[in-house]
Amino acid sequence: MQISVISSSAQKGPAPAPPPQRSAAYQAYLRGLRWRSRMVQGWQLALVVLMLILWEVAPRANWVNPMLTSYPSAVLSTFIAMMQDGSLPVHVWTTFKETVIGFAGGMALGIVCAVVLWWSSFLYRVLDPFIVVLNAMPKIALVPIFYIWLGDVASIYAMAIAVSVFVTVLMLYTGFQAIDPDKIKLVRLFGASRLRVLTKIVLPGSVPTMISTLKVNVGLALVGVVVGEFQAAKAGLGYLILYGSQIFKMNMVMTAIAVLAVISCLLFLAIQGLEILIARRRGMS
Amino acid sequence: MPDTGAYPSEPEAAVARPAVAIRDVTLHYFSPDRETLALANISLEVRPGEFVAIVGSSGCGKSTLLSLVSGLLQPSAGTIEINGETVTRPSPRVGYMFQKDTLLEWRSVLDNVLIGAELLGLDMLAARRRALELLRRYGLGEFMGSLPGQLSGGMRQRAALARTLCPNPDLLLLDEPFSALDYQTRLALSDEIAAILSAEKKTVILVTHDIGEAISMADRVIVMTRRPGRIKTEHRIEFPSFGIGRPTPFQARKCSEFAGYFQTIWDELDVHQAE
Repeated sequence: MQISVISSSAQKGPAPAPPPQRSAAYQAYLRGLRWRSRMVQGWQLALVVLMLILWEVAPRANWVNPMLTSYPSAVLSTFIAMMQDGSLPVHVWTTFKETVIGFAGGMALGIVCAVVLWWSSFLYRVLDPFIVVLNAMPKIALVPIFYIWLGDVASIYAMAIAVSVFVTVLMLYTGFQAIDPDKIKLVRLFGASRLRVLTKIVLPGSVPTMISTLKVNVGLALVGVVVGEFQAAKAGLGYLILYGSQIFKMNMVMTAIAVLAVISCLLFLAIQGLEILIARRRGMS
Repeated sequence: MPDTGAYPSEPEAAVARPAVAIRDVTLHYFSPDRETLALANISLEVRPGEFVAIVGSSGCGKSTLLSLVSGLLQPSAGTIEINGETVTRPSPRVGYMFQKDTLLEWRSVLDNVLIGAELLGLDMLAARRRALELLRRYGLGEFMGSLPGQLSGGMRQRAALARTLCPNPDLLLLDEPFSALDYQTRLALSDEIAAILSAEKKTVILVTHDIGEAISMADRVIVMTRRPGRIKTEHRIEFPSFGIGRPTPFQARKCSEFAGYFQTIWDELDVHQAE
């Protein structure tokens, strides 16, 4: 929704003056647009409320076993209790920190690898099949090995990085290759070295690719962290989910899952904010 | 400019050396399944200040020839000299204009115009002054802070021209610079650019598949054959019916000689034989 707001504010051509008078038909058209977007938002909200009501009513009416599903009011009171005793903030912070660091690490490593592959097409040809296979492999299978090799803390970061780094390399490399060759020719005509081609054209030209990679990676880093916590951690939301399910406290599990949903939503919004910021600075290109 | 003052009676002496001398240039392309002869024994001299247009059907190697003159490609055989020096790599004295404007969409119009000076390590203060002057002259003064995405096609191509001219090259290579524009913009812009280039006394090589564009802008039109590209014929373009001075491209299209040149070159290009 926010994206469409941007694109309609980006104007082609020089200084378009807004029309001073709007016809009745045009006003009706604008009203129609506003009404439609309100309807969409209304339905989105209604769906959430409907789900919550169903979740609350079904266990209470004994349509499903409340031991298996818990329900929103119980989750809410668990949430409040865990906030008050200070345990939830610790778990949230642990997972959040691990996700952000793992995410940044995967991104940084991915950019470096993609640049190296761009630099040496020979290396790319040698390594390409390995990267494709590693990307296709389920990294989650590595969790026990990482735990044995790296211990309880580092294995979680390693998992977050492992899950996101190969897809980052592949996406960025493809983005680098898609840069208009005439733009590279342009700077080469001004005597640019390969390093200059990279810094003046390839990297700035790949910012949109980097942002779509960020969007993919936020989700992947969370997957890596939670799975890593399943195996190794003594704190964090993944730990909470596993622990809660082992002692059959569904309230705790559902609370952790709800908080995870909020975290992934917030991270996604942060990336989207960054995207909008960059799009503004670039005049929506 | 050697010894111009000493021998004022012989201004031709200074002009004798060609701005561009292409001598017996051949280029082979290699690909896994074949070796292609792209250009065969091309020889061409361009005088300083002359506007030469090269026409040929697509794939005849005319753009490749520009890449060779620019120093991005090396010929398989033969040499290319600019102002008497053999070309081995790109030179700041040569400007290049692309079919697409290739403006960098993340840089402002001014920063796009300055990229040459930036990469060539020129004096940025002087470059800035010249860039602003060029942008003002091309009607882009108030858009220097805008991003390319906010400009129209014609404005973008004028910004690209300013970028090419900012480091003040004396030879310009134009690689179909108008073909991505709509017809009206193309006519208007070729008039503008012809005026700018003749005012700045640039030597120009224009590559195009548009016969009318070549005839209306150039002093000389070179017709190239299909691959392997060779020079087929050469036409000196003159419009005696216009009287004194040189017609603008738009006026040239209305001169009585225009249709004759067009017909001759059209026949030589053998457009129908291709399919």
